[in-house]
Amino acid sequence: MSIVTVQLGQCGNQVGYELFDVLCSDALEGQRRVYSAAGCERFFYQTTRGELVARAVLIDMEPKVINQSMSRAAKSGMWRYGETAHFSQKQGSGNNWANGYCVHGPRHRDAVEELVRREVERCDRLAGLMAMMSVAGGTGSGVGTYVTQCLRDIYPKSFILNHLTWPYGTGEVIVQNYNSVLTQAHLYQLSDAILVHENDTVHRICGQLLNIKHISFGDVNRVIAHQLGSVLQPALTADSRGLYGRNPLGELVSALACHPEYKLLSVCTIPQVPSVSMAYSTFSWPSMLKHLRQMLISNTKMEEGIDWQVRPPAGSERTRSLAGSGFNRSLANLLVLRGKDVYSAETGGFEDPALYTSWLSPEEAFNSWKSPVPFNKYEKCATLVSNSQALLRPLDNMVGKAWNMFASRAYIHQYIKFGISEEDFLDSFTCIEQVISSYSQLH
Amino acid sequence: MTQSIVVQVGQCGNQVGCRFWDLALREHAHVNKNGLYDEALGSFFRNAVLVDMEEGVVNEILQGPLREVFDSTQLLTDVSGSGNNWAVGHMTYGSAYREQIVDKLRKAAEHCDCLQCFFLIHSMGGGTGSGLGTRVLGLLEEEFPEVCRIVSSIYPSAEDDVVTSPYNSVLAMRELTEHADCVLPVENQSLVDIVNKIRQMSHGGKPGSAIKRDSAVISGQGGLSGAEKPFDAMNNIVANLLLNITSSARFDGSLNMDLNEIAMNLVPFPRLHYLVPSLTPLYTLADVSVPTRRLDQMFSDAFSKDHQLIRADPKRCLYLACALMVRGNVQVSDLRRNIERLKPSLPFVSWNQEGWKTGLCSVPPVGHSHSLLALANNTCVKPTFMELRERFTKLYRKKAHLHHYLHVEGMEQSFFSEALGSLSSLIEEYHQLDATKGRLVPDAPRLGIAT
Repeated sequence: MSIVTVQLGQCGNQVGYELFDVLCSDALEGQRRVYSAAGCERFFYQTTRGELVARAVLIDMEPKVINQSMSRAAKSGMWRYGETAHFSQKQGSGNNWANGYCVHGPRHRDAVEELVRREVERCDRLAGLMAMMSVAGGTGSGVGTYVTQCLRDIYPKSFILNHLTWPYGTGEVIVQNYNSVLTQAHLYQLSDAILVHENDTVHRICGQLLNIKHISFGDVNRVIAHQLGSVLQPALTADSRGLYGRNPLGELVSALACHPEYKLLSVCTIPQVPSVSMAYSTFSWPSMLKHLRQMLISNTKMEEGIDWQVRPPAGSERTRSLAGSGFNRSLANLLVLRGKDVYSAETGGFEDPALYTSWLSPEEAFNSWKSPVPFNKYEKCATLVSNSQALLRPLDNMVGKAWNMFASRAYIHQYIKFGISEEDFLDSFTCIEQVISSYSQLH
Repeated sequence: MTQSIVVQVGQCGNQVGCRFWDLALREHAHVNKNGLYDEALGSFFRNAVLVDMEEGVVNEILQGPLREVFDSTQLLTDVSGSGNNWAVGHMTYGSAYREQIVDKLRKAAEHCDCLQCFFLIHSMGGGTGSGLGTRVLGLLEEEFPEVCRIVSSIYPSAEDDVVTSPYNSVLAMRELTEHADCVLPVENQSLVDIVNKIRQMSHGGKPGSAIKRDSAVISGQGGLSGAEKPFDAMNNIVANLLLNITSSARFDGSLNMDLNEIAMNLVPFPRLHYLVPSLTPLYTLADVSVPTRRLDQMFSDAFSKDHQLIRADPKRCLYLACALMVRGNVQVSDLRRNIERLKPSLPFVSWNQEGWKTGLCSVPPVGHSHSLLALANNTCVKPTFMELRERFTKLYRKKAHLHHYLHVEGMEQSFFSEALGSLSSLIEEYHQLDATKGRLVPDAPRLGIAT
């Protein structure tokens, strides 16, 4: 079964390119025929001349980034984007969510739907749709939200996963917090699951773990692609009975997003080392899983600076708090293990009921997928996708800043100009505050 | 690619506009060795419109080397001028030429695939630029409501030789407040100060202080026009301002800043759209053995009061938002480092503590390896506006020269009182924001969710 990806705005198109690049080079690596065939089928189709073409649609309101992504793909010699699988305009959305959602989205609805339909029809069986975008600007956020809405209308029974990139906290766009709140409030009703990467976190990974001196957006995007790829490449799941799972998005959603109030997912991968160090590093499953478990519990998103003092509270002490003891409570977890000796990996640590809310048994809350095939040159690789309180603090900060701005009504006239009202803002704030409240209350 | 149309009105507007085209051509010639008038320039500045109510300046343009750039369909002139009278410019000529102006604007717009912005260049103190210029602004809003209007306005100094310049300025201010999307105010006195500073530097005679040819922000050398005329030095500064603000749209960069994004991010409330510009560096030293000014120094300078284009000290007042447009070989990490470094000393309004909008364009201006344009939405414009109001009231109290205006058909005394009222309420809005400075404003209480 295949996934159709929609890349929206500058960020969506840049990250999407890195993702397909990783997926392709991983799929074509070495002599792993079954894995290779499954991976290619999932994300690419083959032309009569044997070229691999990504199952993707590229959307932006200005042409530069799409042109760049398409030509870089073509240069790789391994894969490319479909020649006509893109849509762009001349003028961007001006960092304005309302411009994207109310003006550009509807105006270009037919063209975009047509492009997606073509990709969907090309699939033998559709596993689902993945929309990739940022929340800070105008196109990814506004047009992205509108497109997600259209997709939900046209494919009501398909799984829709939204991959979001959250901007740096210190910001590059002054109104990014407004755009974030508006986007996520709407997506919460439309999407099956929302998978988030934070620029701040990935930036730290680049600096501290990968030792990159002058970090560029390319570096950041490649880390995101690696983490996302490690989740989406073929793996053996509990339902797949010895074969590679055919329904990755469906299984992801049912493993993690079992309740409509809780859809925010974060990702953590171990190890992350500079490629020059890989030959000298040894990884053991027990050590990796131990670190990953503590990263989850203490809400550290990388394997440096882990606070080993944090422990899950004893049964009788289950408390409700935003981040009182530093303990990060999970709703559900999905562990994806890839590489050598994967069947010997002991995942019992993640089945501890103390990690989870009381209303799900650990059997329901925890799932793991495995693949004996090494991913992206890492001999062993473990990725944890969590539905937990990990994103609570950054989300709360985002909303706090947006709310302060809203209290002064700053910039509101810019949005109203394009067709949304103060009521719409309030509705969005209410929705996100509800999400924050739900996650805070997890016990 | 999106396009912009430059509309230059009045003597000052046309002289600045002239310098702008000259320097733009020089910049593109520098980048594109093939020819003077390249595709990027041609497609970006699809048709300028030149308006003046006397012929001197425009005729000079048509006889000079820029005649290749313009053709007569883009010009609108008359002979007798506006006599430094806003009412004559706004009402008399405004009505007489309304059709023709709209017609020329439409023709220019038709040549554009995707018209993003109108740049209006004019002065505030005279009659044509001020009166007719603001009438044109109103027409732009009527006929092209969706196209952004960015106005570059030259404000008169206190010692301006036009006695009625306070009247003209205040009457024009009201139009700017109501019809412009963004205004870039520039004070003549600041331009004079900058020119003097540079001249002092180059004539200082200190070893190693010779300024590299072409690099001074006041220099027109290397452009098409030959000898420098009076006011050229000052006008070149404004021309450079416009070049820098449009650089991201004309050249590639890793973090593009569209003109739409400037208005979106820098204007939190519709009337508070006065953005104080500052340009650095002002020149590059010619002696290559002297180490180039450190990058970080450039960032510090952008916030110093010597580099602002109006007489103001933004560090002492309150920032509502700030944009930094960097050109040249500068990385994101340099930008972030400098913002972190300067942030603690810059007071930002409580609800916009991280109010920075940034852009990176890879092509530097001629003669420099990098440059920075800062646009600040800052309450430091308040003193400037208050001074203007004082000069206005001094005349208005005595009804000096009022009859010249009231004689003009369509003009009434209420225009004066309303314009004064508009200016006063604008000042009051800035005042309210100033009052919050330094006060610890608590976070707004968040929505409570029933559990």
